[in-house]
Amino acid sequence: MKKSLDLGKIALTLLMTVLGIAFLLPFLWMISASFKPEIDVFKYPIEWIPRHWQVYKNYSKVWFEETPFYLYYWNTIKVSVLTTLLSLTVSSMAAYAFGLIYFKGKNFLFVLVLMTFMIPNYSIMVPQFMIFKWLHLFDSHLGLILLGSFSALGTFMLRQFFMGLQKDCLDAARIDGAGQPTLFLRVAVPLVRPALVTYAILRFIWTWNDYANPLIFLRSRNLETIQLAIQKFASESGVFYSLTMAGAVSAIIPLIIIFILAQKQVIEGIALGGVKG
Amino acid sequence: MSTPKTRRKKINTEKEENLAGYVFVAPMLIGLLILTIIPTVITFILSFTEWSFIAHLDKIKFVGLKNFGKLLDDPVFLTSFKNNLILLLAVPVQLLIGLVFAVIIDKYVYFKSVFKVVFFMPYISSIVAVAIVFQLLFQPSYGPVNQTLRAVGISDPPKWLADLHYALPSVMIIMVWVGIGFSLVVYLAALQSISKDLYESAEIDGAGFRTKFWKITFPLVSPTTFFLLITGLISSFKSFDIIKVLTGGGPSYSTSVITYYLYTTAFENLKTGYASSIALFLFGCVMLITVIQLYGQNKWVNY
Repeated sequence: MKKSLDLGKIALTLLMTVLGIAFLLPFLWMISASFKPEIDVFKYPIEWIPRHWQVYKNYSKVWFEETPFYLYYWNTIKVSVLTTLLSLTVSSMAAYAFGLIYFKGKNFLFVLVLMTFMIPNYSIMVPQFMIFKWLHLFDSHLGLILLGSFSALGTFMLRQFFMGLQKDCLDAARIDGAGQPTLFLRVAVPLVRPALVTYAILRFIWTWNDYANPLIFLRSRNLETIQLAIQKFASESGVFYSLTMAGAVSAIIPLIIIFILAQKQVIEGIALGGVKG
Repeated sequence: MSTPKTRRKKINTEKEENLAGYVFVAPMLIGLLILTIIPTVITFILSFTEWSFIAHLDKIKFVGLKNFGKLLDDPVFLTSFKNNLILLLAVPVQLLIGLVFAVIIDKYVYFKSVFKVVFFMPYISSIVAVAIVFQLLFQPSYGPVNQTLRAVGISDPPKWLADLHYALPSVMIIMVWVGIGFSLVVYLAALQSISKDLYESAEIDGAGFRTKFWKITFPLVSPTTFFLLITGLISSFKSFDIIKVLTGGGPSYSTSVITYYLYTTAFENLKTGYASSIALFLFGCVMLITVIQLYGQNKWVNY
């Protein structure tokens, strides 16, 4: 009985492996194309493992010649890191207050925050654009960072963790005379650190992948983020598909590294928050 | 009980608590006010006007409901809306595959976590990179997909993204591919919270795989299904990146969606008033789905 069951499990594992490889074929094709000379990209039968390698030339062209990818990388890292830090600060402060401080009008304000969550960002892009023009935040990294930093989702996700804290710890600190800032920084934040890390990783990935905001709120080419840059590169460079693929691989690699390092946090965060924002 | 002194102290701490609360929520509220709430009000007002944001404010002309009447006669808008409705069909497909994969991965394979990572990959990758890759894969004459189809004897394969009738289904295939990982991961979390006892006692009663799936698993993950359905429908309504990069709404508007039409109207044709009424329509659609969620939660879901 037990043995036949295991055979079934082996068979299903094999089946799922085949499906899994098929599932990843677009990525495998992209990587393999980025390693080839242009002339081999569309050769059929597909050379999954390139017969002629041209890795260094393709990637150095994309990074330092045809397009300054090093610059777009730097822009994206800057925007993503700062957005993540600011969002983390703002969200955790609000989440702490909504979860653990009793103040007048709290419920009303919390409902207000939740309601903003329902508003699709595309619905308000035009007024945002106008406001940014007036405030001179248009075409700047600061504007982009501010756009990504105020999300009701972060407040909502983190609030649940603050609410789940042991009240004893907080009460003990309070009796010792700790005020709210101390309680927040010294007691609550260290205790919810895993949740903060999870949210930070998700926010980083979302900002890294953001395309619509840079598209609308940036104009100068030297400020572009990587998503905007590869899209423009793909539509402008026309026939250089091997280079386009090298650009696409470059855009995805940091995400894959983060994902492999922090797999558990990413997957749990997604399963828990369950929303893309 | 309370002497004046302790009462004063109590009032003081209450005041302090109030103050601390406001200080802590202030950055978030100010941000949301400037970046979300005020823009929402402006969108609402502008949707009743004829104006272009490159013109001066005094050029604003209030036209009442005219923009909304125009929407109903605008073939591009109607096509875009219809396409949005068709794209919604990708959501249940994605949920079904996600659930089946989750059930298999949860119990019936070795190396569970490897599979989880594999199927999750498209979801964390950037949509822009994914769209660019699929543009090449689906290239009609020398793209790998059609070369393969020709090699297996299909002499006249579809032109995929370049074909009026295949473009939207192609977009849906890519959307399903991207979204499976998300539903898979959420379903896995749901499956792991189902008590093993239920399956064991069902097995004692002689229940097979199918009975267990339909009588235990399926009903118990229904809240998850409902949640995924709602978030899926909403994010499908908001899909923009994939259309903008993959097809640019073409060929001849066959893949245009509301967000894409909104973008071109606002930022390419510079019709701010008209774009705002499209924006309000999109807002209405998302609200409608949210209301269905609030109403349906108690009605259709087994908790």
